[in-house]
Amino acid sequence: MSEINLQIDGKEVVATEGMTILDAAKSVGISIPTLCHHEKLEPYGGCRICTVEVEVRGWPKLVAGCIYPVEKGLVVRTRTEKVDKIRKVLLEEMLAHAPDSEELKALAQEYGADRDRFEKHPSFCIHCGLCVRYCAEIKKKNAVGFVDRGSNREISFIPEIAAKECWDCKECFPLCPTSALQAAYVLAGALMTPPEEAHSGGCGCSCSCGSAPEKQAG
Amino acid sequence: MTRLNSPEKLECARKDIVSRIDPTKPCISVCAGAGCLASGAAEVIAAFKTELDFHGLTTEVNTKGTGCPGFCERGPIVMIYPEGICYLKVKPEDVPEIVSHTIKEKKVVDRLLYEDPATGTRALRESDIPFYKNQQRNILSENIRLDSKSMDDYLAIGGYSALSKVLFQMTPEEVMGEIKKSNLRGRGGGGFPAWRKWEESRNAPDPIKYVIVNADEGDPGAFMDRALIEGNPHSILEGLIIGAYAVGAHEGFIYVRQEYPLAVENINLAIRQASERGFVGKDILGSGFDFTVKVHMGAGAFVCGESSALMTALEGRAGEPRPKYIHTAVKGVWDHPSVLNNVETWANVPQIINKGADWFTSFGTAGSTGTKIFSLVGKITNTGLVEVPMGVTLRDIITKVGGGIPGGKKFKAVQTGGPSGGCIPEAQLDLPVDFDELTKAGSMMGSGGMIVMDEDTCMVDIARYFIDFLKDESCGKCTPCREGIRQMLAVLTRITAGKGKEGDIELLEELAESMGAALCALGKSAPNPVLSTIRYFRDEYEAHIRDKKCPALSCKEMIAFHIDPAKCKACGSCFRQCPAEAIHGGKKLIHIIDQEKCTKCGTCLDVCPSRFGAVRKISGEPVPAPVPEDKRAIA
Amino acid sequence: MDISKIDQIIDKHDGEASSLIQILLDIQSEHNWLPKEALKRVSEKLQVPMSRIQHIATFYKAFSLVPKGRHQVHVCMGTACHVRGAQRVLDTVQEVTGVKSGETDSDLKFSVETVNCLGCCALGPVMEVDGKHHGNIAPSQIASVLNNCE
Ligand SMILES: Cc1cc2nc3c(=O)[nH]c(=O)nc-3n(C[C@H](O)[C@H](O)[C@H](O)COP(=O)(O)O)c2cc1C
Ligand code: SF4
Ligand code: SF4
Ligand code: SF4
Ligand code: FES
Ligand code: FES
Ligand code: FES
Repeated sequence: MSEINLQIDGKEVVATEGMTILDAAKSVGISIPTLCHHEKLEPYGGCRICTVEVEVRGWPKLVAGCIYPVEKGLVVRTRTEKVDKIRKVLLEEMLAHAPDSEELKALAQEYGADRDRFEKHPSFCIHCGLCVRYCAEIKKKNAVGFVDRGSNREISFIPEIAAKECWDCKECFPLCPTSALQAAYVLAGALMTPPEEAHSGGCGCSCSCGSAPEKQAG
Repeated sequence: MTRLNSPEKLECARKDIVSRIDPTKPCISVCAGAGCLASGAAEVIAAFKTELDFHGLTTEVNTKGTGCPGFCERGPIVMIYPEGICYLKVKPEDVPEIVSHTIKEKKVVDRLLYEDPATGTRALRESDIPFYKNQQRNILSENIRLDSKSMDDYLAIGGYSALSKVLFQMTPEEVMGEIKKSNLRGRGGGGFPAWRKWEESRNAPDPIKYVIVNADEGDPGAFMDRALIEGNPHSILEGLIIGAYAVGAHEGFIYVRQEYPLAVENINLAIRQASERGFVGKDILGSGFDFTVKVHMGAGAFVCGESSALMTALEGRAGEPRPKYIHTAVKGVWDHPSVLNNVETWANVPQIINKGADWFTSFGTAGSTGTKIFSLVGKITNTGLVEVPMGVTLRDIITKVGGGIPGGKKFKAVQTGGPSGGCIPEAQLDLPVDFDELTKAGSMMGSGGMIVMDEDTCMVDIARYFIDFLKDESCGKCTPCREGIRQMLAVLTRITAGKGKEGDIELLEELAESMGAALCALGKSAPNPVLSTIRYFRDEYEAHIRDKKCPALSCKEMIAFHIDPAKCKACGSCFRQCPAEAIHGGKKLIHIIDQEKCTKCGTCLDVCPSRFGAVRKISGEPVPAPVPEDKRAIA
Repeated sequence: MDISKIDQIIDKHDGEASSLIQILLDIQSEHNWLPKEALKRVSEKLQVPMSRIQHIATFYKAFSLVPKGRHQVHVCMGTACHVRGAQRVLDTVQEVTGVKSGETDSDLKFSVETVNCLGCCALGPVMEVDGKHHGNIAPSQIASVLNNCE
């Protein structure tokens, strides 16, 4: 494999083809925060906390470090004022959903993010997709998936499959950056309700209307 | 129908079709585009059939349903040939008169002609109407000449001759060269040079490649792609096959939104017809080149217009964008090289091949060649589709073609580029419209939506409108877009509700910056409507926040309706029509609006006779106290 | 529900997983919604996990997981219609039918839905009832159009 020279935060780095900026940075001890990235899973690029600035033909550009492939002569900056500001806002936005996540709180400390800046929407999930992707790609069970889109996007278990598979697996729980609690809670909700009644709408899935705890409460 | 298996056979078939056309034979063309159908074109066509039958003229007069010529607001549009008379807003009741007068006696029905609102003079032909006269209709003009369901009509005007030329007289490289020379830039969004994508795909080693038509037309307020694919589906298909030949693709997709049922129907029909005659399928025109194409209906998702999301949708998945650090031209549908272009981009291709790159570059500016179709809508006198050379100024489009703002109102802004674009103010109206100039002004070309706004439009509300639109249309995969939009909407909603706070504008700007980290262009460009309105209309934001006033008198929660006691003549119109029963009436008593009950529907303002003009909309000031009971009597 | 109809639709698309969205569109237009048994059948026959079908069925606006009314009222909320008073049209439709946007009444008469541009922008505001467009619709005309629906 061919070698690729690039520069990260002023350091000359030798990487190999196929590596991402994240990989290359790690190899020289520069850490870039990640939330949705997982080595065993397909590239995703959802949380954008790994955003870094690169210079492409003299133009600065924001890219996701966890998926952007290294290029010859690339100039990467992982802690510019702009990058830090963006990470701070993203953390504040995510903290509105998961104010007690230890992982988010630690990052918030580093970036000076205010946990209470935005009105709370405690849905706990920050849509990193780790549970969904892990179940699909590694376990090949597809017991959990996304539903809806935009700001209504949520995760939801398929009760029939979850009832069969999840109790003995639960491997996705520790992956969840907002603590496994949420996933467990949703799962429990889905399992406790018999599948036929889980959904008022009739699709039989456990999507929002049937089982998401915050919706049941309200 | 036999397949045509050589260019000679094609020309024979064409000659045959043309020879059967009698140019002197009367023909009634009725626009059968979605707009005119909505205004009753189907009933008009049926009425013509009955009426001609009644007069025993069925064989002597042709009738056809054509594509949209763009003046939809004045539809149904009827053209009478050979004279080329253009009748507007035709109703079934007008049909007997048209047949007896125009068809039989060759007389013109004056009242159905276009009337110049200023001078009152009437225009006989399309070309005499200012709306059309100031356009350069290279592409759109074909629509009205064609029965949109007839391939023979397309062949009669030279259809598929560009394909034949390409297959037999040009190498793929030569085709690429011609497109490169024409500098055709994508009409669907970013204005990316078409040849670059084509070349990148062609050079990709993977032998399986795709070419795709983007007919998702998600920009709400744009409908040029609908008009093209509905009215002239073969031209899109021909362009696509030429592209496939240049790129070396043998399979194609046409992604059409299901909200356009007629477009879906017509393009499917066109593909069937083209397959029967050998323009699609194996060994096209005997050239040895194979190409098949499939129609994929979009199921209602704006984000699926974005290239990587569209490709994900083609694979049968939820249309989420993918990171494009490797271009889709190299790694697209099922990871194969895929060239995606917009409907209008493809529609230009046969013309460039037939007439040459030099002809094409004779229109437009150096950086943005050719013509562009805009959908000119909103608060404008002549709404419809407008095709002009790139580089024409916004002012010319709005005043010369569009006929200015109706109702004596004042122009405020024009929004271009849809949810990714921005609002351009009066001071910038002399901007030449091309890809680069619009971007510099903080907006973008987008697909060509042009929404004109007048003094009654609130710019903060427009920003809120687009963000609200995107809240449901973002795919929700990445944080900056999903959450950034959610928070922006919260801020804009509170500003338009009169609850804005100092620092809100800065907060919007900060959120906008964070959205630069979004995964796809939807999220990255989502702040544009907000940033451009802040840039040009900051005072409106400030009025909302500081003075709790909506200067356009539009934000419902910041306005009140009030009856001026000095002007009210107690006619009772408002009292009778107020749906909320919020008005205290009474014979010869000054009418009073009960602010508690008023739902701010605005009916009273609409119905108060203009000679009284007693109802006022107010904002940012207290509602005057109601007239005391004993002072209500009108002398 | 007739499962053989579903099978026919699947066969029409050669049972290809890539045609999933097209198959669901056909089922939607056949039944006016996506019944659960139909989705199960599609999942089995195409070998597509239910989680993906569920995502698609909730991602795209054309699909519904609950039965729709006999009459479908679509109000365009596109930009061109918005600046010409689409909100008032929607308010009136909701008032006349008693059905909120995105919902269906209990006796399955009306489903009211907002859409983003029907391509008739020059005629805005536009309302579509059972596939028929009504352009330049004034709030005062809406009741008479809707009262014609059985
Ligand atoms: C959110 C979003 C929506 C888009 N919608 C459309 C669309 O409806 N039609 C279209 O042709 N291009 C659309 N585009 C642009 C496409 O991504 C793509 O650039 C274009 O189809 C390429 O064709 P062109 O180069 O011929 O313009 C959209 C882009 C984004 C980011
Ligand atoms: S539940 Fe947890 S792991 Fe799953 S998507 Fe949400 S935040 Fe990620
Ligand atoms: S920017 Fe928006 S639409 Fe694009 S991937 Fe992110 S969430 Fe989806
Ligand atoms: S419509 Fe005007 S003039 Fe007539 S009663 Fe109402 S406010 Fe007075
Ligand atoms: S870690 Fe890179 S986008 Fe989430
Ligand atoms: S649809 Fe008839 S003029 Fe546009
Ligand atoms: S915006 Fe309503 S039809 Fe286009």
